[in-house]
Amino acid sequence: MEENTVKPGLFEKGGKLGWLHSTWDAFDTFLRVPATVTSKGSHVRDSIDIKRVMIIVVLALVPAALFGMWNVGYQHNLAVGDLPGFWSQFWWGLWKVIPLYLVSYIVGLGIEFAGAQIKGEEVNEGYLVTGMLIPLIVPVDVPLWMLAVAVAFAVIFGKEVFGGTGMNFLNPALLCRAFLFFSYPSAMSGSQVWIARRCGADAITGATPLSYLTEGQGAMDAISNAGFSFWNMFAGTVPGSVGETSVIAILIGAFIIIWTGVASWKIMVSSVAGALLVGWLGTAFGVTDVPAYYQLVMGGFAFGTVFMATDPVTSAQTERGKWIYGFLIGALCVTVRFFNPGYAEGMMLAILLMNTFAPLIDHCVTSSATKRRARKVSIA
Amino acid sequence: MLRKGLNIPINGEAALETMRTIAPDIVAVKPTDFKGFSPRLLVAEGDKVLAGSPVLADKQNPAILLTSPVSGTVKEIVRGEKRKLLAVLVKADGAGEVVDFGVKDPGALTGEEVKKALLTSGLWPFIIQRPYGVVANPALTPKAVFVSAFSTAPLAADTGYVFNGELDAIQAGVTAVSKIAKVHVCVNGEGSAFAGLKAAAIHTVVAKKHPAGNVGVQISHISPIKKGETVWTLSLLALAAIGKLFTQGKVVLGRKVAVTGPAALKTGYVDALPGTPVSALEGCFDPEVENRFVSGDVLSGESVGKDGYLGFFDNQVTILREGRDREILGWANPLRFNQFSSSMAYFSWMLPKKKYNMDTNTHGGRRAFVCSDVYGKVLPMDIFPVYLIKACLAGDIDKMEQFGIYEVLPEDLALCEFVDPSKNDIQAIISEGIGLMIKEMA
Repeated sequence: MEENTVKPGLFEKGGKLGWLHSTWDAFDTFLRVPATVTSKGSHVRDSIDIKRVMIIVVLALVPAALFGMWNVGYQHNLAVGDLPGFWSQFWWGLWKVIPLYLVSYIVGLGIEFAGAQIKGEEVNEGYLVTGMLIPLIVPVDVPLWMLAVAVAFAVIFGKEVFGGTGMNFLNPALLCRAFLFFSYPSAMSGSQVWIARRCGADAITGATPLSYLTEGQGAMDAISNAGFSFWNMFAGTVPGSVGETSVIAILIGAFIIIWTGVASWKIMVSSVAGALLVGWLGTAFGVTDVPAYYQLVMGGFAFGTVFMATDPVTSAQTERGKWIYGFLIGALCVTVRFFNPGYAEGMMLAILLMNTFAPLIDHCVTSSATKRRARKVSIA
Repeated sequence: MLRKGLNIPINGEAALETMRTIAPDIVAVKPTDFKGFSPRLLVAEGDKVLAGSPVLADKQNPAILLTSPVSGTVKEIVRGEKRKLLAVLVKADGAGEVVDFGVKDPGALTGEEVKKALLTSGLWPFIIQRPYGVVANPALTPKAVFVSAFSTAPLAADTGYVFNGELDAIQAGVTAVSKIAKVHVCVNGEGSAFAGLKAAAIHTVVAKKHPAGNVGVQISHISPIKKGETVWTLSLLALAAIGKLFTQGKVVLGRKVAVTGPAALKTGYVDALPGTPVSALEGCFDPEVENRFVSGDVLSGESVGKDGYLGFFDNQVTILREGRDREILGWANPLRFNQFSSSMAYFSWMLPKKKYNMDTNTHGGRRAFVCSDVYGKVLPMDIFPVYLIKACLAGDIDKMEQFGIYEVLPEDLALCEFVDPSKNDIQAIISEGIGLMIKEMA
C-alpha cells in the first residue's frame, strides 16, 4: 500500500501540489487502473472504459501512419528522381512526420491538461485519437507554427469551450484541417503542397489524382496520363495527405474498429453507398468519365469515411440516423468533387457539414419514433 | 423474441440445496425498501407485536401499513440523518404468534374486499405502481397487473426451486388480485410451471438474455404505459404471500433466499424472512475480507453493508469483494483474460463459457457519453436510452416524457449502466429523473 503514502501528501486536494491534481491523476490512472469502486447502481461493471476505446482507435491508425511515413519518403524520392531502398525512404518520411506528431501532441495535450486543471476534472482521453489523426490529414510540409495554431484553435474552440470530449459537435481533427485550409490556403491547396521538399529546393509539382477530377469528360485520360491507376491509388503510392493515400492500410484499421465495435459499420457502408450513387449519377449525366468506384480510392474519402465520419461523438447517435448521416457524407463529398474546381477534396467539408446536421437528423429520427410509439394500440 | 440483452457471466450461482433455516434474533422492518412511502410510527420501543401487527403507516395514505413479519417486542427505532426513519428492529420471541386475518376463498371476494385484506395485513406495499415504481395507490384502478414468472437477473434465485410447492398459493394470489384488475403473467416458454395459471392472461416470452425477465421490459412489449395510465406489478414472492394470506389466514413472509456471488464461500439457499440480518449468513463469507453485501442482484440490488438486512422484495443476497486493487496499465493490456467485457475490445468473447470472479471496481474513470450504440444493444425496449438519460440529466420534463420515462424504472437500464464505457451512474440518473417527474406532475 505504499502508493497511499505518495498520493495524498503531495497531489491530493489540499496537498502541497494539490493544484496539479488533474495532471497527477491523468498519469496515475494512465499507469494503473483506478481503485474506485462502484458507489451507486450496478455493483459490477464491464471492464471497458474510454481509455480502452481510444487506444483501439489509435492502434487502428497505426497501419495508415506507418504507410504514410514510407510514402512521404517514396513520393519525395520519385519527385527528385532518386530511388534509394525501402528503409531509407521510410526513415526520410519518419523524420518528416515525427515533428508533426510532436507539435500535435504537445500543443493539444498541453491545452487538454490545462483545461482539465482549470475545471478540476479528470483529463479526457479524446485527444489521444485527435492527436493521432491530425498529422495524417495535413500536407507533410505544413509549417509547424501553422499546425500549432490550428491545433490550439481546434482544441479550444472545437472542444474545450463545449465541455471537452463528448460534448463537442464538430470533429476536432477536421476542424484543425479546416482552420489551416481557410486561414492559410497557400499552404494547403494547389498542386505544390503534397510532396515534401528539401529546404530551399524549388517547388515540385505533386498534383494529386483528385486535382484532375474537375476536367470533366477528359478526367480519366488526365488521371492515367499522370500515372495514376485504380490499383496504385488503392495501394496508396500516390501523393496526398500523410495518412489518406493507402486504402489497404485504412481497410486494416477499418477492420479493427468495426470488429471491436468502436466505430459504426453502418456509417461506413452508407457513406460508400452515397459516394457510389453520386459517382454513378456523375457518369450517367456526363459530368465526368471517371467510374464511380474510383471515387472510393481517391483523396481522403476512405480515410474520412473510416476514421472521421465514424467519430461516435460528432456523428448521428441513432442507428437509423447513422444510415442517413453516412449516406449524405458520401454523396456530398463526391458532389463537391464534381463541382468545386478550386478545391476538389470534398470529404472534409462534407463531414463537417454533416456534423452540424447530425443533431437535426437524430431529432427527426427520435421524433418519428415517438410518434410511432404513441400510435401503438394498447391491448390490455 | 427478445434478442437484445446480456447475461453477465459472474461466478457464484447458488447450489440447489437448502442449507438451513435462519430464525433470526432481530428482524428489521425497513420503510426504505418502499418508494413513495413516508413512514409514520405506530409502535414505540418495548411494544409487543405479532406477525402481522402494524408497525408503520404511510403519512399520505394511512390505510397503507407495514406489518411485522415475526412476533416479539420492538427493540429499537433506527434513525439516520435528519431523523429519517430507517428501520424498526423487532426482537423475535420465537413464539410464532400471528394476527389471525381469517381464511377466505379468494374466488368469492370482491375487488374492494381483496384491497382491504391486503391493506390491513401489510401486504399491500408488495404492489408496485408504474409509472415511477412507487407503492400502489389503493384509490386507483390500474389498467392491468403484470407479473413476471421468471427472472433473468445475474445469479437470480432459481424460480423452479424456490417456488416448488407454492403453486397453489400463487394461484390463490392471482385469483385474488384478478378481482382488482386483469392479471398478465409472463412465462419463459410453454414448459413453465406457471403457464397453467388460471384467471390470468399468460404471455410466453422467448428470450434467454437479461433483462427479458424484467417486468418493465415485458410491459413495454405487451401494453406500453402511456401518459395518464397506471399499471401495477407483483412478483411471484408477493403472489405467494397474498395467496397464503387468504388460504392460511396469516401473514407468511418466509421465503427461500439464494446466497450467491463470487465472494460467497458457500452458495445455496436459506429459509429466511425479509429483514433478516445478512450477518446471519455466517459461514457463507470470509469475515476477514472487505466484502459488499447486496440484497438482490448485482445490477439493481441494494448494498446493505455487513450489518444490513435482507430487503422486503428480495430473495437473493449477493456477496462481492470490494475491488480496490490497482492493475498496471490495465486499459492497454491486450489480454486480461480474467476481466469480462461485453464489447469485442477485450478477448472475453473467445471464452463464452467462462464465469468471472467479478468485484466492485469501476474499471475506469467517469467521462461524458462518447459511444452511442452500446446502450441500445442491451435494452430490448423501444426507447432511446441515451436520450432518456440526457433528458433526466437536464431535468427536461417534456423530453423525459417523449423518451419514455413512464415505461422505465432504474432496474430496466441497469445493463446500460453495466456496459457504459463512460462509467455513468445511469440508474441513479433515471431515479433522479423519476423523482423530478413525481414532484412536477403531482
